[in-house]
Amino acid sequence: MNRIPSQTTGSVRKLFSVLGTGVTILATVLILAILAVILINILWHGAEGLSLRFLFSMSDKDMFDVEKAGVLPMIIGTAARVIIMAILVLPVGVITAVYLTEYAHATSIFTRVIRGAVNNLAGVPSIVFGLFGLGFFINFLGGRLDAVLYPGDAEPHWGKPALLWASATLAVMTLPVVIVATEESLRAIPIGLREASLALGATKLQTIIKIVLPNALPGILTGAILAISRAAGEVAPILFTGAAYYMAGLPKSLSDQFMDLGYHIFILSTQSPNIEKTRSLLYATVVVLLLLTFALNAVAIVVRARMRRNMRQSH
Amino acid sequence: MAEILAPHLNLDPRRGAGLETSSTLISIQNLSLWYGTNPALTKIQLDIKSNVVTAFIGPSGCGKSTLLRCLNRMNDLIDSVRMEGEVLIGGQNIYGPEVDVIELRKRVGMVFQRSNPFPKSIYENIAFALRLHGLRDRRKLDEVVEQSLQAAALWDEVKDRLHTNAMELSGGQQQRLCIARAIAIQPEILLMDEPASALDPLATARIEDLILNLKKDYTIVIVTHNMQQAARISDMTAFFYLGELIEYDSTEKIFTNPAKKQTEDYVTGRFG
Repeated sequence: MNRIPSQTTGSVRKLFSVLGTGVTILATVLILAILAVILINILWHGAEGLSLRFLFSMSDKDMFDVEKAGVLPMIIGTAARVIIMAILVLPVGVITAVYLTEYAHATSIFTRVIRGAVNNLAGVPSIVFGLFGLGFFINFLGGRLDAVLYPGDAEPHWGKPALLWASATLAVMTLPVVIVATEESLRAIPIGLREASLALGATKLQTIIKIVLPNALPGILTGAILAISRAAGEVAPILFTGAAYYMAGLPKSLSDQFMDLGYHIFILSTQSPNIEKTRSLLYATVVVLLLLTFALNAVAIVVRARMRRNMRQSH
Repeated sequence: MAEILAPHLNLDPRRGAGLETSSTLISIQNLSLWYGTNPALTKIQLDIKSNVVTAFIGPSGCGKSTLLRCLNRMNDLIDSVRMEGEVLIGGQNIYGPEVDVIELRKRVGMVFQRSNPFPKSIYENIAFALRLHGLRDRRKLDEVVEQSLQAAALWDEVKDRLHTNAMELSGGQQQRLCIARAIAIQPEILLMDEPASALDPLATARIEDLILNLKKDYTIVIVTHNMQQAARISDMTAFFYLGELIEYDSTEKIFTNPAKKQTEDYVTGRFG
């Protein structure tokens, strides 16, 4: 006979329930504690190196001199490569997602191959993207461009590390993030909206452009935010594709190299002749990189919030 | 017996009006349809008259909504659908190779079961299709938006907030907005797929009143689960069962003296 659970099993269950709650809270607190320790440690050590002069002056030839070092070119270089990456990755990613959700047959081999490729792309180590960028963008694409645009010129113009190639490499790396986020937001749009538009005599393309995509914009921006977060801190993909050890001036064109915060942190921590003296410099640079990443994210989040509000009110 | 529904037949003088003078506008000829290998409609033969309200009734899964969606080719969107037979509108087969589906859908508007306004302003919901079909002049747009909202009996309720989001309207108002949106591009035919099934009785009454008013300008085909509704607003009624057209006649005849036993059982509530 089935009986109502006895008192003991009831209290055991209660114990497990309390234990379960405790473990989840503990795990959450642990994560927060780790984050707090990292941030406090960085801010503590970085505070003395931070100054307006440090933020807004050019890098000195002796980049390990605390008195003269500046990070302005690195801030500009990092921001530039992230923004150019976003400009490159968003259209390609969004159009791919539109194809996959609105046009492709979900079960066809072609679609499955694309999906598999996208998923695999997300799992490739970032250093491999760096090597891919070197081989494809610089040697292949850049080399061909030079042969066509500057025949007979021994000096490479595009067949060398450049801001454009570093950004393009990062764009390839973040493509899966944008595709997946966009696909999800497209699928969340009710079929009724598409039908309403089609029943009014809109073509499929008009429906996608005027009804589906505007409603998917917040989701697309979520993809952009994730891509920016991922790309801003990456160093490996830009090592061979655009980052410079030292430049006297700022990059003036897409074919110039640039200085980068993440790469600079690597340099400061491995190439310094006097670790003790440059420690504050190193930490201050880390603070700047963190702040820049937060700032880029904040801009995208504010844009998305405004868009959602507008959507709820009116167009 | 069928007399239960008879009182609904005579409530409104607009019902049944114009039936004698109207002529065939839509002719469904030998239409069969399959979802994959499952038959959904079998050899449907049906002539729909202009400027009257035709109701499709029948139990769930009888194919009435599927047939409705054949009339503006919304079934084209479903990959697994296979169709045979013809649908003639004004004598032209809408499944013919030379037919422009966009033009067809301009002529044959549709209102769906669940109100589906765009998450835009009330004004933009109506202006959307007008702009789509080339109307750009702001004054003319204003004019048509007002006319459409008037025709859908919504103007007085929203005229002071045309630029607020349509999602803030009540369910009944949203559905009337969808009707306004459909008639803004002046179709000849209005297809309605259970337009009031998600609404409360008061909102339903307003939609029904609206349908009776619209029939002088539009040919209306309405799918409904609600037999009283069919009796209240339709002039002709088609009863479907398991993908077949069982009986098609004037609403009077179907609800008071049906020729088939199945029809009588259904309209008197004995099954379905």
